Amino acid sequence: MKQEKQRGRKWFAWLPLSLLLLLSGCSENIAVLNPKGPVAKVQYDLIMWSIGFMLLIIAVVFVLFAVVLIRYREKPENADYEPPDEEGNTLLEIVWTAIPIIIVTVLAIPTVKATFALEKPQRHDVEPLTIHVTAANWKWIFSYPDQHIETVNYVNIPEDVPVKFKLTSVGPMNSFWVPELGGQKYAMDGMETQLILQADQPGSYMGRSANFSGKQFTHMEFEVVAQKKEDFEKWVKEVQQTAPKLTKDKYAEILKPGLVGRMTFSNTHLEWVDHAKQNSHHMNNGEHSDHHGNMENDHHEH
Amino acid sequence: MKWSEFFVTGEPLIYAADVAIVLTIIGIVFVLTYFKKWKWLWDEWLTTVDHKKIGIMYIICAVLMLFRGGVDALLMRAQLTAPNMKFLDAQHYNEIFTTHGTIMILFMAMPFIIGLMNVVVPLQIGARDVAYPYLNALSFWLFFFGAMLFNISFVIGGSPDAGWTAYFPLASNEFSPGVGNNYYAVALQISGIGTLMTGINFLVTILKMRAPGMTLMRMPMFTWTVLITCVIIIFAFPVLTVALALMTFDRLFDTQFFTMANGGMSMLWANLFWIWGHPEVYIVILPSFGIFSEIVSTFARKRLFGYKAMVGSIVGIAFLSFIVWVHHFFTMGAGPAVNSFFSITTMAIAIPTGVKVFNWLFTLRKGKIRFTTAMLWALAFIPNFVIGGVTGVMLAMAAADYQYHNSYFLIAHFHYVLIAGTVFACFAGLHYWYPKMFGHLLNERLGKWTFWLFMIGFNVCFFPMYFLGLMGMTRRMYTYSAGLGWTPLNVVATIGAALMGIGFIVLCYNIYYSARYGERDMTGDPWDGRTLEWATASPPAHYNFPITPEVTDLDAYWVMKKNGNGLEVKEEQLKPIHMPSNSGRPFLISIAFFFAGFGLVFKWFTLAIIAAIFIILGLILRSFDDDDGYYISVDEIKRTERLARKGA
Ligand code: HEM
Ligand SMILES: [Cu+2]
Repeated sequence: MKQEKQRGRKWFAWLPLSLLLLLSGCSENIAVLNPKGPVAKVQYDLIMWSIGFMLLIIAVVFVLFAVVLIRYREKPENADYEPPDEEGNTLLEIVWTAIPIIIVTVLAIPTVKATFALEKPQRHDVEPLTIHVTAANWKWIFSYPDQHIETVNYVNIPEDVPVKFKLTSVGPMNSFWVPELGGQKYAMDGMETQLILQADQPGSYMGRSANFSGKQFTHMEFEVVAQKKEDFEKWVKEVQQTAPKLTKDKYAEILKPGLVGRMTFSNTHLEWVDHAKQNSHHMNNGEHSDHHGNMENDHHEH
Repeated sequence: MKWSEFFVTGEPLIYAADVAIVLTIIGIVFVLTYFKKWKWLWDEWLTTVDHKKIGIMYIICAVLMLFRGGVDALLMRAQLTAPNMKFLDAQHYNEIFTTHGTIMILFMAMPFIIGLMNVVVPLQIGARDVAYPYLNALSFWLFFFGAMLFNISFVIGGSPDAGWTAYFPLASNEFSPGVGNNYYAVALQISGIGTLMTGINFLVTILKMRAPGMTLMRMPMFTWTVLITCVIIIFAFPVLTVALALMTFDRLFDTQFFTMANGGMSMLWANLFWIWGHPEVYIVILPSFGIFSEIVSTFARKRLFGYKAMVGSIVGIAFLSFIVWVHHFFTMGAGPAVNSFFSITTMAIAIPTGVKVFNWLFTLRKGKIRFTTAMLWALAFIPNFVIGGVTGVMLAMAAADYQYHNSYFLIAHFHYVLIAGTVFACFAGLHYWYPKMFGHLLNERLGKWTFWLFMIGFNVCFFPMYFLGLMGMTRRMYTYSAGLGWTPLNVVATIGAALMGIGFIVLCYNIYYSARYGERDMTGDPWDGRTLEWATASPPAHYNFPITPEVTDLDAYWVMKKNGNGLEVKEEQLKPIHMPSNSGRPFLISIAFFFAGFGLVFKWFTLAIIAAIFIILGLILRSFDDDDGYYISVDEIKRTERLARKGA
């Protein structure tokens, strides 16, 4: 019968273990819990707020569970105990309906607030930087329409400036995720979604596709390099002056399924195609373009 | 199509599988022939319309599929144990996680639950069979041949590789050429039709065939959950049927419903998939709740606490399950208002679920708890499922979900609900109703070994995944680099998976061991049960009850026992019993479905059309079939019952 008692206790082993992991040095490694920008910080606060309530629920249920198992297990002393026939208890049942309602409410309110807040830049006193992101099998292409530069598989951003990432894809859907800077959004063919992120401090942050997009999806990694403002501007100038021009042929080659290394160009493919505004394959409606978008695009504003 | 493309080639693992499949088939044919069992197989199993035998066949298939899906899982865990492993390449890994997910949900969890449903529900409501026994056999065989069709993709033509969610445009011909996703579309369609018919069948069975006196509010909780599940099936599965049909058109006839060109809309697939997909997870969890309710109540020797609230909460969950699907793609950019709405509806599911957890806890309170193997599974469900549930609520918070979505955090969540919910329920139900199915008990010692190995292994495997997710590890990665710091937790997870595998092996050994040495159940009521399935012999005669029981309260059999009148058979009360006849047609029609499906997969339309003609022929023959069953004479019932009691 002692065994039973130990069983009851075993359930608890997992709880402290989780806390231990969470609070120990390991947390250095945990990208989501190390926000490096205000967007990730909003999410971090929401996550911590919810984890608090969740641990409370877990604690209540686990304690009740253990107490009940230990007290009401069958043992020699209670051999002729016959459990009573209870149907329920309206008061108790109202209580444990009400408590979850309250918890859900206190979670829902900040959730809704945060969900709305994340659609807008976290600061309004600086002009956001716009970067178009194109996911293609299996690489990430970053176009800076105002700076007229383009990079592949890495993206430099200035610190403390909200960045509007305009996401689209050539082919399968991907998800643009930089855990230290904030949560993800899908990049879809022929569509544009927007994700606003911001870095608080210079540094290098890992980004990757979070949505399966075929054979080499695992390798769809990119680096976000946040720089001091001056450094960023210097980098832009340098690229504008020294990087090669992106040609249509070169771009078509980049789009071919496969892996490529990092690249830098002193113009953007937006000059002739914006995949967000058209299906990148098999155009119809009388307008013509052959495969990878040779259509002259009259949408760009610069 | 060249023959070299027809068979999957080039992989030692595949060749080994080919050899294993051929040897198994030869082995089965040999054994059946040697022991002259062909006729027995045909008469007793392939043509049966008996709900108990159909249930057993469902469960056998589910256990086999658990093995297949489990091997997939172990291969994936092996590949992820250490960074940059070369055990599986990207393509192979992609195929394996796709088949793993599809098989586990559709060909393991569903049939296991439907199998238990088949065995138990008619017994619990005091019926002789389901409302439409012939249809029931057809449901099973459609599921079976659907599952077989899906499984042969592994050696013939190639497996699907676009994930069990098969998102477009990835799953379109352009990005997934080859027949893999044709298998997905067609095999799921065939078995899905079977599931839809099961939903209708059990809905009618429960509404129309309850024993006299069993009002809705006197139904056992498992029967209640099955009833509500049937309603979900009837509303959710047609959506899958339509979505798969459109997918089939896109893939076979180059229509553009979900593709990128000509106004095709890939987001439509995601919506249709999850409008079915979210209710689907409740189709496998609600009956599990029912199984736990029965077991907790039996082994606490107490009536279920808050029966009415339990019924109310399953109805509430069923309703909510249809208005939460967008939580699977908060990140698609639907806008904050839409996301907020679906956040709140999703979190609301936690309310009825919480009510149920407390009702289980209070059923245990003041009880006299016996720790049988079945009860251990049911008890372990509570804390483990709560972990899965609270992380579900965290995922439901849209703004936070942007950080969890498609990461290992999500993987951990749904395994905590699907394994600690559905799989634990299947094991619990298997141990609990095993004597009813086979007339002997599963060995308790081995059962407890399985339980501890599997339950601990499960936590060791999946708990670290919450942290891997927060570290940025996304699902469906086939490898990762060393510098990320993900290695230790991945090693731990693989160890856990291995423990679960060992637990499964012990379970299989237990089935063998108990068949040889297991304790016989002479009473029909080995657990001191409360509901009607324990009022009849183990295993029951094919007519279930010699005399239809009369129900006066919830826990009908418990009340009978208390009042000192079990189901004594008074021979003068016996009347001839009407039973449905066996039929080989469901089996044959389903074979035709298999060939029709196979034809579609490879675009061999001649084969598909010929097979379709056979299907229609089968339906026509059925319409002119005037065999409306047969009567079992009173003498035969007397003989059967005396024999059963002599055993006792
Ligand atoms: C308290 C109850 C629950 C809540 C609040 C909840 C919430 C969620 C949410 C929000 C997601 C999507 C997360 C994402 O993709 O980012 C999700 C995924 C999932 N849930 Fe739950 N869930 C609950 C219970 C269950 C149950 C009972 C099951 C099954 C038995 C289940 C199975 C799944 C599965 C299979 C997925 C992932 C499917 C995929 O993407 O492949 N959940 N859940
Ligand atoms: Cu869902």
